[in-house]
Amino acid sequence: MVEKVKPYVKDFWRYRHLLNNLISRDIKVKYRRSALGMLWSVLNPLLMMLVMYVVFSQIFRMTQMNRGDVEVNFAVYLLTGQLMYNFFSEATQTAMSSVLSAAPLIKKVYIPKYIFPLEKVAFSFVNMIFSLIALILVMVFTRTPVHATVLLFWVPMVILFVFNFGVGLILAAGTVFFRDIMHLYGVAVTALMYLTPIMYDVSILPDWARAVIPFNPMYWFVSMFRDFVIYGEFPGINAWIGTCMSALVALVLGLALFKKSQDRFVLYI
Amino acid sequence: MSMIEVRDVSMRFNMAKERVDNLKEYFIKRVKGTLKFEEFYALTDVSLTVEKGDVYGLVGLNGSGKSTLLKIVAGVLKPSSGTAVVRGTIAPLIELGAGFDMDLTARENIYLNGAVLGLEPAFIDAKFDEIVDFSELRNFLDVPLKNYSSGMVARIAFAIATVTKPDILIADEILSVGDFLFQKKCEQRMRELMSGGTTVLIVSHSIDQIERLCNRVAWLDHGHIRMDGPVEEVCAAYKSLGQSAGEGAGA
Repeated sequence: MVEKVKPYVKDFWRYRHLLNNLISRDIKVKYRRSALGMLWSVLNPLLMMLVMYVVFSQIFRMTQMNRGDVEVNFAVYLLTGQLMYNFFSEATQTAMSSVLSAAPLIKKVYIPKYIFPLEKVAFSFVNMIFSLIALILVMVFTRTPVHATVLLFWVPMVILFVFNFGVGLILAAGTVFFRDIMHLYGVAVTALMYLTPIMYDVSILPDWARAVIPFNPMYWFVSMFRDFVIYGEFPGINAWIGTCMSALVALVLGLALFKKSQDRFVLYI
Repeated sequence: MSMIEVRDVSMRFNMAKERVDNLKEYFIKRVKGTLKFEEFYALTDVSLTVEKGDVYGLVGLNGSGKSTLLKIVAGVLKPSSGTAVVRGTIAPLIELGAGFDMDLTARENIYLNGAVLGLEPAFIDAKFDEIVDFSELRNFLDVPLKNYSSGMVARIAFAIATVTKPDILIADEILSVGDFLFQKKCEQRMRELMSGGTTVLIVSHSIDQIERLCNRVAWLDHGHIRMDGPVEEVCAAYKSLGQSAGEGAGA
């Protein structure tokens, strides 16, 4: 087993700088020629949240998302959900087209191909860290009480990273052969967003939706993150199973599918 | 010791008669059983051994499989059957500037392309001046690459790719870039690498160049090796092809 994995580790180690370089390229290209530059990474989630906050607090009259005697401001509730979901949707959607857009490179030079989806997931992770600054600002501004569990905020993020990588591998490999997946997945991400309690609480859902929602991995990621960050609770066993199992299944499936098809990529891109 | 060992390599491409890349068409064709491919062999049972220190040339007409063979050696393509064993580090010069990002500056691209070739950032730091001096583009270092001419891009690319002392250098028609002075400089750099023990596999349509640089040559013809041996013999035979074709046209 160790002997089998060794060449992969060596290969990855050799190309780790490529991963760094690609991530910093993405950051540079994203903010080139914008006056505020990196500040947009914080500003963007803040402005987006502001829009949604105004819509939901003024039109739908939602201001508090309390659980028990813990009072939670709607803005904080919204932003925590968005943070996790945006990481998922951005990472998987960019990973999906990563192999296709790296076509000029893949056709000319040998590079381990999983680098491309991995880089996109890592880049989205960096973006999420910036959004985290926005979240901290909002939490301070709304005087949201913090609990000791907040120190574990990174746990669901790391598990979600693995999940996104797995899903990204599946999508990237699939898209090489069938471009339809790109169009289909955009719809799927939107549908899944409404099935994730980002701007509502599960309790408002009809029975059928409440029965379905445990099968949505993002539900578990979002609720685990909120447990740690705003409710000051340690997530229950279901949340751990929901997040860890979906990450593991996605990763194993993704690696297997990607490895099986990667030698044929060059013929289809 | 042989650096490159290509054994019985065949490369088959499925040329779809019509391109099917969406699910609906795929399933319809699959069910109907009309998913047809035309098989095309770019290479058939090609065997080749390149010894350490060889400068090996590949000649042949367009579409004879030269570039396919280079890509298999470089690890870009996996052969349909047979094996290609390569011992040592490869610097692939299959197309200059693959992996450049046109939105980034030359300076940023040097690091990015270095990483594509698997180089350490510290190594590029140390060699940075050498790369820039070789390309003669110091004044344009902080200009985005999209504002470069193709010759300028090629200069930077060649400078990065040859800054290492690779065990094996794979070159596909790259010496035809740039002005004649730069071409001379590139050839000079290739010679330096060769005298330093680098094994070279090179494709060129310039027979002169092949005769100047190489010691062994393989002649590919429709995916088969037609001739394989010392440079004078093979080049003479290959050139006679041109003469007989010329005579045939004249008659």
